Amino acid sequence: MSAKPKFAMYWAASCGGCEIAVLNIHEKILDVDANFDVVFWPVAMDAKYKDVAAMPDDSITLTLFNGGIRNDENEEIAHLLRRKSKILVAFGSCACEGCIPGLANFSPVDEIIDTAFHTVTTDKGSEVRLQTRYPAREGEIRLPTLYPTLRTLDQVAKVDYYMPGCPPESHQIAAVIDLVIAALNGKATLPPAGSVIGVGGSTVCDDCPRARNVKTIKAFKRIQDVRLDPTLCLLEQGIPCNGPATRQGCGALCPKAGAQCIGCYGPAEGVLDYGARLISSFASVIDSNTPDEIERILDGIPDPAGQFYRFSLPGSLLRAGKSARAK
Amino acid sequence: MSETFEPVIIGFTCNWCSYRAADLAGTARVKYPPNVRLIRLMCSGRLDPTFVLKALASGADGVLITGCHPGECHYIEQNYKAMRRFLLLRRTLTQMGIEPGRVKLVWASAAEGVRLAQEIANLVEEVRALGPLNWGKDETSSFILPPLPFELEAA
Repeated sequence: MSAKPKFAMYWAASCGGCEIAVLNIHEKILDVDANFDVVFWPVAMDAKYKDVAAMPDDSITLTLFNGGIRNDENEEIAHLLRRKSKILVAFGSCACEGCIPGLANFSPVDEIIDTAFHTVTTDKGSEVRLQTRYPAREGEIRLPTLYPTLRTLDQVAKVDYYMPGCPPESHQIAAVIDLVIAALNGKATLPPAGSVIGVGGSTVCDDCPRARNVKTIKAFKRIQDVRLDPTLCLLEQGIPCNGPATRQGCGALCPKAGAQCIGCYGPAEGVLDYGARLISSFASVIDSNTPDEIERILDGIPDPAGQFYRFSLPGSLLRAGKSARAK
Repeated sequence: MSETFEPVIIGFTCNWCSYRAADLAGTARVKYPPNVRLIRLMCSGRLDPTFVLKALASGADGVLITGCHPGECHYIEQNYKAMRRFLLLRRTLTQMGIEPGRVKLVWASAAEGVRLAQEIANLVEEVRALGPLNWGKDETSSFILPPLPFELEAA
């Protein structure tokens, strides 16, 4: 048996982009291989859940867990990996605050299944219906059961570190892996448990090269409808840019490319509810004091809940819309 | 809905107007329902929408936001900011399935004790009619493992 520390990576309700971001660290992946024994990584190698269950508790040094908790399989593996891991990292926006799969928390689960199986574009015939149990001749076949809402990893298991981003930037991943390797060799100390790692301490705005002045907005606009000044703050130009509430870490990639920040790095330090912070900052810069005119300006944000909680609904204070919560 | 349902309302008041209005209602023996729990802020402009979400997520059935009349803010114009935040918050809450009647913005000067008491009574009855919000805890949350203390071993 290898004496190298063990490494695992798992995907729950996610898209696989986090795995690609890890592979995008290029030759640094050789350092991972040189310093770790990869024992479980469903995307990259063959391993069974029972192999993980057979490992002694706490025997995996580092587990990167990406994806939200959408079904009973996700939750079972979250508990299993928590037991087997010394360091469990909520890796990527899905595990940290729910991300795109978390938008399911706006709708009841039956409605989601109906949409998937019975709308015009997806109709496979009225007999087709998702079943989680099927009595085959060889025995019952079971599929994981969807939960009413998606939860974040730390809503089902204790998380040691959070590494946000959709996906986390590869240079941030490389820096974190370097740090863990250095710590394993006694050359560095790890940050306190519960820390957010692979990020900056401020907001996306602090990395954004666009000029900022006092903001006064008479109308919110969509990016395809206006000719934008490439040197001026997007929010100042009426584009609903989520930068003011979003954690620094990506290097302001989207605003640098001319697109508004959509908030994939999650809430900045000290922000309890990402949407509430954005409501505050957008409402503050609206240049009107009359209710009718304010309402007209707000019509320029047609989907405020989607704008403010695109990546963070399950991790927000309300966690889900009322219809998804109802029994 | 239970007949004994008593709504819990969190009321945010401004130090310079509505908090004094509530005080005035008290000294003048004007009655208003005990369902409201008043919290004093220095200004309605201090009201972070987070406070409203936290109140609703923690079991409140409704939230009352109060401030100085437009043009009368002690800090020049922060009550306008409160109004803009309220209007955007209300749109967001509606999308989340929270009835707009549960969160209300009321202007009340320090002299309007009677009016504030009436607004509180109105909101309590409106929220009573809507029924409990029952946000509370996530019903689907399951067993959470206790913290695992660990020491990182050197390779």
